[in-house]
Amino acid sequence: MSRYTAVSPEDRKEMLAAIGVESVDELFDRLIPAPVRLGRDLELPEGMGEQDVYAHLRDLAAANLSTEDEVSFLGAGMYDSYVPALIDMLMSRSELLTPYTPYQPEVSQGNLQIMFEYQTAISELTALPVSNASVYEGPSALAAAGYLAKLANKKSRFVISRGAHPHSRETLRTVARGYGVEVVEVPLRDGVTDPDAWAAAIDDETSAVFFQNPNFLGAVEDAAALAAAAKDSPAVVIGQYDPIALGILAAPGECGVDVAVGEGQQLGNRLDFGGPSFGFFAATEAYLRQMPGRIAGETTDLDGKRGFVLTLQTREQHIRRERATSNICTSQALNALGGVVYLAWLGRQGIVELADLLLQRTAYARERLSAVEGIELLHSQPAVREFAVTLDAPVEAVVDYCAARGVNPGLPLAPYYEEHPGGLLVAITEQRTREEIDRLAELLAEAIAAAGSGAGGANGHTAGALA
Amino acid sequence: MSLTTSQETIFEKGRAGRRAFVCPPSGVPERPREELLPTHLQRQAAPRLPEVSEPEIVRHYVRLSKRNFDLDSGFYPLGSCTMKHNPRLHERVAALPGNARLHPLQRPEGSQGALELMSRLEGALAEIAGLPHVSLQPSAGSHGELAGVLLTRAYHEDRGETRHKVLTPDTAHGTNPATVTMAGYEVVKIGTDPEGGIDLDDLRAKADEDVACLMLTNPNTLGLFDRNIEEIASIVHGAGAILYYDGANLNAVMGRTRPGDMGFDIVHFNLHKTFTQPHGGGGPGAGPIAVSERIEPYLMTPRVARGDDGAFALDFEKPKSIGRLRGFHGNFGTFVRTYAYIRSLGAEGLKDASEVAVLNANYLLARLRQEGVDELLPLAFGELCGHEFVLSGAPMKRELGIKTLDLAKRMLDHGVHPPTVYFPLLVDEALLIEPTETETKETLDEFVETIVEILREAKEDPEIARTAPHTTPVRRLDEATAARKPVIRQAIT
Repeated sequence: MSRYTAVSPEDRKEMLAAIGVESVDELFDRLIPAPVRLGRDLELPEGMGEQDVYAHLRDLAAANLSTEDEVSFLGAGMYDSYVPALIDMLMSRSELLTPYTPYQPEVSQGNLQIMFEYQTAISELTALPVSNASVYEGPSALAAAGYLAKLANKKSRFVISRGAHPHSRETLRTVARGYGVEVVEVPLRDGVTDPDAWAAAIDDETSAVFFQNPNFLGAVEDAAALAAAAKDSPAVVIGQYDPIALGILAAPGECGVDVAVGEGQQLGNRLDFGGPSFGFFAATEAYLRQMPGRIAGETTDLDGKRGFVLTLQTREQHIRRERATSNICTSQALNALGGVVYLAWLGRQGIVELADLLLQRTAYARERLSAVEGIELLHSQPAVREFAVTLDAPVEAVVDYCAARGVNPGLPLAPYYEEHPGGLLVAITEQRTREEIDRLAELLAEAIAAAGSGAGGANGHTAGALA
Repeated sequence: MSLTTSQETIFEKGRAGRRAFVCPPSGVPERPREELLPTHLQRQAAPRLPEVSEPEIVRHYVRLSKRNFDLDSGFYPLGSCTMKHNPRLHERVAALPGNARLHPLQRPEGSQGALELMSRLEGALAEIAGLPHVSLQPSAGSHGELAGVLLTRAYHEDRGETRHKVLTPDTAHGTNPATVTMAGYEVVKIGTDPEGGIDLDDLRAKADEDVACLMLTNPNTLGLFDRNIEEIASIVHGAGAILYYDGANLNAVMGRTRPGDMGFDIVHFNLHKTFTQPHGGGGPGAGPIAVSERIEPYLMTPRVARGDDGAFALDFEKPKSIGRLRGFHGNFGTFVRTYAYIRSLGAEGLKDASEVAVLNANYLLARLRQEGVDELLPLAFGELCGHEFVLSGAPMKRELGIKTLDLAKRMLDHGVHPPTVYFPLLVDEALLIEPTETETKETLDEFVETIVEILREAKEDPEIARTAPHTTPVRRLDEATAARKPVIRQAIT
């Protein structure tokens, strides 16, 4: 059994004597009243030594199929992006891994400056002047932006595109029910937000409008047009973005978007079965004092030397309590560190080149797949790094067929979009080569043929558990 | 270059054209960008990211890291934060490719190990809490609180009741009242009695049928276990309300008492406090919740389930669920670390951790008394403490002319991270001290000597503390100007 305590029997005797009690039991008896004491041991397995714990955890991990074990075209918000080795090194340094929140700035200049650099990088990426130092992750970042809008204009309705990530829509509904704001969903047309339905849904009671770009089906939205439609309403315009696509995609700040949020995992963070990663959150100057989360600011010390502090803390729960702009306390500093180091590593040219690489390979993959008998593009909108197709065969059977041959072909859409029972969402990363895309096309062709062309498709789908 | 020299940011380094990333060739026939992405959907100005080489990046961030104080280097008695040792085994197992490179939408057939780990962790946390059902989803303590209050709302509404208020003690963490507002309730404060517990008369007067919930930390933020907990539970339940346990201080009581046995309906855990997830400079953490039978129908989806064939799966079919609070399944990497910790320690080890946490805190308190420190820094409430205790710096301020802030800043010169200061709010000039179980007696003794030395020095020359720190990379910083004229990003040319 491993212990991380260091009290020897002699220590214990001296310590108890100093306290003036006979035993640790006496200490607890004086602390906890008898009726609520647990009169037995916890029913947990006995402790183990380090090597046995390692072996057990290794066995559990070996029961998973990771992106090292198969060629994965899964995306839908998290991507098998390459994490450069220097990030592993920096994120495991004691000085970055083990401090608390920088409440004592004189001995936290490293973290505070990193937060400041991160904020700068996110402001550049989004073309918005105000960024916080990160929130939990993507979908809850979108929901947090909704709360900002509610605080800012106190209106009663949110309007969200059906192209937003299903997890974002659901998270927004969960939290909005608490503070009593209604959520209205706008359908898609030809793979993108229906512009007429969008315009019709916005009125004087609209607190915020939300879309995702590229949207969940991989289609690029006309963000400027979506934002313009809300121009004469009180609505805060909120966009959830893919940060890599922003290398080439019209930036939120260029399109009239007020708040840009998104999932930061693909910026130097591991998949980790969904977390921890970080969410980015940037806004126009107007919302500076409604921002959730920590913000680092530049200042000077008593000698006039440059330094950094946590700033605008009167927004935050530990100062403002029930009038805080958010309840967030612990967030994702270490993951955001990975994010800013990744963006520095990618660099000014690199982010454009990487986004272009994804654009080209995605175009190739779309062409290659849509040439297969029994596969059609679900939409023909521009796509940067992910796209949806419709299979003329039972999707789960096709996925099983490919998976058995070492390729995970992507995400079946039916559990998320019942209107697309034959839908499959395919994601491309810089780690998916032309050969792997070719292999995917071949396997899909075989699988569809094996299922018997025209033998079901839309009707043959069995609902999976991936909602 | 000395570490005390002011640092340029990464945006002020580098030269045009310099880079670290080498883009792989696309390997596919390329088409003009405009054909694939119409010009009006393209970015006008590319983001002005740094232009730096890999060696420059490494040196920049390694140097910055050295301008941090960290737990691996020194004592960090930050009250309510439980800065205990972070075992490196946990980093190793979290980084196994089967965990680190596992996609969250991997089919259940390909994620059995992860689902089993989550299921086993849920079982262990349920046993520790004394409550049968667990959701691992929330990302942090405050996220768990939000889950808890939204569950409370769902519970009452399902019974056809509309309640408007949530009670929080005046000693509560700031996240409690902030959460209550976000969940659409009104905060009603409950006072503290002279022993440092809930004022029962105040509670009786305010616990009416309009109250949805009482949020309580026990031991509370004064480090004291509320000895009236049974009476509190009975008053709250008598009003038809829910009792919520803020698990920030769970490190005091593991294996000794359980929130469920005290009458709590909902508990959140801070995996980054009690269960060793490294704090990372402010996160990541995780805030799983455990709940009683009556709250279970409303828990977030998806839930981890096990079929008759023994296979693990995700269950989305929970009609009364409040839904999701975030994407995917929560901070899985944190679950791996927590599970490794629980399997390392076992029942006996977890109990030992809490025992030594309480022993260390009481020893530190006793040693400070022995040295006469309590004349200037008296214990705010009680005689003994749980895993942490609160001193008041008010007499020190009066006698020596130095504030709690000055004492804290002078500790930095002694290589010690100061305790939490000015919290809880009801104690004047508060210092909240939590040594944790992983510190040695020698470290605690040194900390006592440090405080004695600072107080002795301040008697002779208070100016040294008032202008401290003197040995850190920067001296006291101008926070007022930073807030008045915020500069929150680098100007880039």
